[in-house]
Amino acid sequence: MPGFDFSNHTRNAALHARGVPLPKATSTGTTIVGCIFDGGVVIAADTRATSGPIVADKNCEKLHYIAPQIWCAGAGTAADTEFTTALISSQLELHSLSTGRKPRVVTCMTMLKQHLFRYQGHIGAYLVVAGVDPTGVGLFTVHAHGSTDKLPYVTMGSGSLAAMSVFETQWKSKMTEQEAVTLASNAIQAGIFNDLGSGSNVDVAVITKDKTTLKRGYVKPNERSQKQKSYIFKRGTTAVLNEKIITRQEISKYVTVSELEGGETALGEKMDLDV
Amino acid sequence: MNHLPQAWGRPRDDVYGPYDGSYLQNDGPNQHSQSPIVTGTSVLALKFKDGVVIAADNLASYGSLARFTDVKRLRKFAETSVVGFGGDVSDMQYLDRLLNSLDIEEAYGSTGHTLNAQNLHTYLAKVLYKRRSNFNPLWNQLLVAGLDGEGKPFLASADLLGTTFSSPSLATGFGAHLAQPLLRKVAPDEETASKLSLEQAVEAVKASMKVLFYRDARSIDKYSIAVVTKEGIDLKQDEKLENQSWAFAEQIRGYGTQVN
Amino acid sequence: MTMFSQNPLMNGPNYSFSQTPTMASGANKEHSFYPYTDNGGSTLAISGNDFMIMAGDTRSTSGYNINTRYSPKVFKIGGTTSSQDDATLVLSVVGFAADGHALKEKLDAIVKMYRYQHGKPMSVKACAQRLSTILYGKRFFPYYVTAILGGLDEDGKGAVYSYDPVGSYEREQCRAAGAAASLIMPFLDNQVNFKNQYIPGSGEGHALVERAKDPLPLVVVEALVKDAFDSAVERHIEVGDGLSMMLITKNGIEEKFLPLKKD
Repeated sequence: MPGFDFSNHTRNAALHARGVPLPKATSTGTTIVGCIFDGGVVIAADTRATSGPIVADKNCEKLHYIAPQIWCAGAGTAADTEFTTALISSQLELHSLSTGRKPRVVTCMTMLKQHLFRYQGHIGAYLVVAGVDPTGVGLFTVHAHGSTDKLPYVTMGSGSLAAMSVFETQWKSKMTEQEAVTLASNAIQAGIFNDLGSGSNVDVAVITKDKTTLKRGYVKPNERSQKQKSYIFKRGTTAVLNEKIITRQEISKYVTVSELEGGETALGEKMDLDV
Repeated sequence: MNHLPQAWGRPRDDVYGPYDGSYLQNDGPNQHSQSPIVTGTSVLALKFKDGVVIAADNLASYGSLARFTDVKRLRKFAETSVVGFGGDVSDMQYLDRLLNSLDIEEAYGSTGHTLNAQNLHTYLAKVLYKRRSNFNPLWNQLLVAGLDGEGKPFLASADLLGTTFSSPSLATGFGAHLAQPLLRKVAPDEETASKLSLEQAVEAVKASMKVLFYRDARSIDKYSIAVVTKEGIDLKQDEKLENQSWAFAEQIRGYGTQVN
Repeated sequence: MTMFSQNPLMNGPNYSFSQTPTMASGANKEHSFYPYTDNGGSTLAISGNDFMIMAGDTRSTSGYNINTRYSPKVFKIGGTTSSQDDATLVLSVVGFAADGHALKEKLDAIVKMYRYQHGKPMSVKACAQRLSTILYGKRFFPYYVTAILGGLDEDGKGAVYSYDPVGSYEREQCRAAGAAASLIMPFLDNQVNFKNQYIPGSGEGHALVERAKDPLPLVVVEALVKDAFDSAVERHIEVGDGLSMMLITKNGIEEKFLPLKKD
């Protein structure tokens, strides 16, 4: 496997020793849960990503695709959960293609733990792995150091205790799909409202032997209220200190310039405007 | 060995490291107790219509050793209030003695007025804040339960730094993570708490104690629970957690790929 | 070098047991007890022509935990009754809550004593100077708080005094303090003092005319405060739950409470 580039390690260690702080990684100081029900498994997550005390993303996705019937909920360093799940997803697909069988949850879990163990916890991915394969339903947690656990209900992240308190009081065996979804959603909401690292909405993924249903924004208990005032500025409010005009002739050396037809307007990427 | 006489007959520095002479210091800052030794874990409390329910388990831990299994961490004060102690047990016993003398002093006063829970909380918070300001903290987190000056349910917290706050439900230590989410669900605000019945409040606190026993490695299934109302204090110190459910454990096979 | 460090307490050769030092040299042993903590939250004060608003969220935190959803950071100061109905000053404290509480109690006692002794309420200017002295009095073991004092000055104009933890202070038009200060303050610069706002078409380049600094009416200021806190709640994890506001006018102090998001 093409691995990481360590060429800056010595320099960074020397800088760190002289007091240069480490760069702040976006962490999903998160609540994630998983719960087995009769005929499948459900995983759920909140949608807040933080950088220290600042909310970096109010509606991020913490449920990661591994295979059609295997999904991962990720806590810890955002980049690590993203890349680790993508890497294992890719390897698992190749494995599945070469064996001609459906991927299994245990295979995914084993690949994740072996990958993470090799990096001795430096890859800060804390995962809940869930899925249904020909052997049945699987639900695991994988810690950054490579340890795993297999339980009928699991929680992870900074809100794991808040979420676990809900499971410990309300979980029962052989729940229906709807019961399990509601329970998982309640567990996430316990994290959202009691843990500062978790917030915004609840995402849910339900996996049965037939299909996977991703319910993005299953509950949205934290919609922003209407602003009191409008903050639109009159055009020309901002000072223009310098103006430079670049002609089409000059710029066409670097990019292709095409003429728009009369009345047609160029369509860039859409932005949410503050109105 | 070198030629310096004080080195003769002493363990060699180059082999054993330099001799730690710090105990010789008789000057400079005093060393106070800077970390807790024998400790109690969470205390939980919840307000209801007529008063407050408060609970704590009966364990005193020595690090990870369950050292004393019959330590009562709820204390009555003047038949008006209950104080629940988390943290260092020796500091708890010091505060217990302090409260005894305060109780006696107040009882012999000529005012005929007894301190209510709010007064008691103010007093304890001041003691804790003074001690932290002298760099000699009392290593505790306290919950004070009872009634305030107007006879309304009162519940507040004070800790080793002198930080104080109040809420319809409170939990210290591990309970702040595990029990508070459950208690907040039962009593999200003062108004909801003022409509809770005694039975509902006791049930919520007992359910929380059970979760703490499941998940807090420094807990035990024997606990004390007290109900404070204007009728007085009902303190039970030898309760046992009931209806524990470990049924799911039988289903578990290994931690990974094991099947049988 | 081991030869010279044979006795760790004296860094050099010593020849007799009688010379064995009894005092530690060099650094003291590290104390593991740290007497401060951060309880999060944010405060905000804006002054107007004949009023001032002091506001603060009501969340108290420790780490990733919420201590309580209702712990006000804005207090009336120097009233003659326990309800503080006839107070004329407000103080907000944010940072370490225990120090904040102690500071508030101390200032309140001093302002009350002033009132009893002089038979009139303390002016905001005098109180501001006194608060600075209190804070500087603990220069080497500071109250770990950012305080803001508010009231109406001798001319009946809104007054806001802001402080650092050791007593440096200044009268300002507006000030945000606490966890989300760095989020709110630039918004205030732009919306209260109209920084970076110019009158469209009033000139070219540096000749542009700045938007006039007209005093804002109370309704606008109140809207700004609410919007500032709603936005801070969106982006700062330690801010939320509730907003407690105090509006000071010549008619006295009006208290307001608004819910904020609880996640």
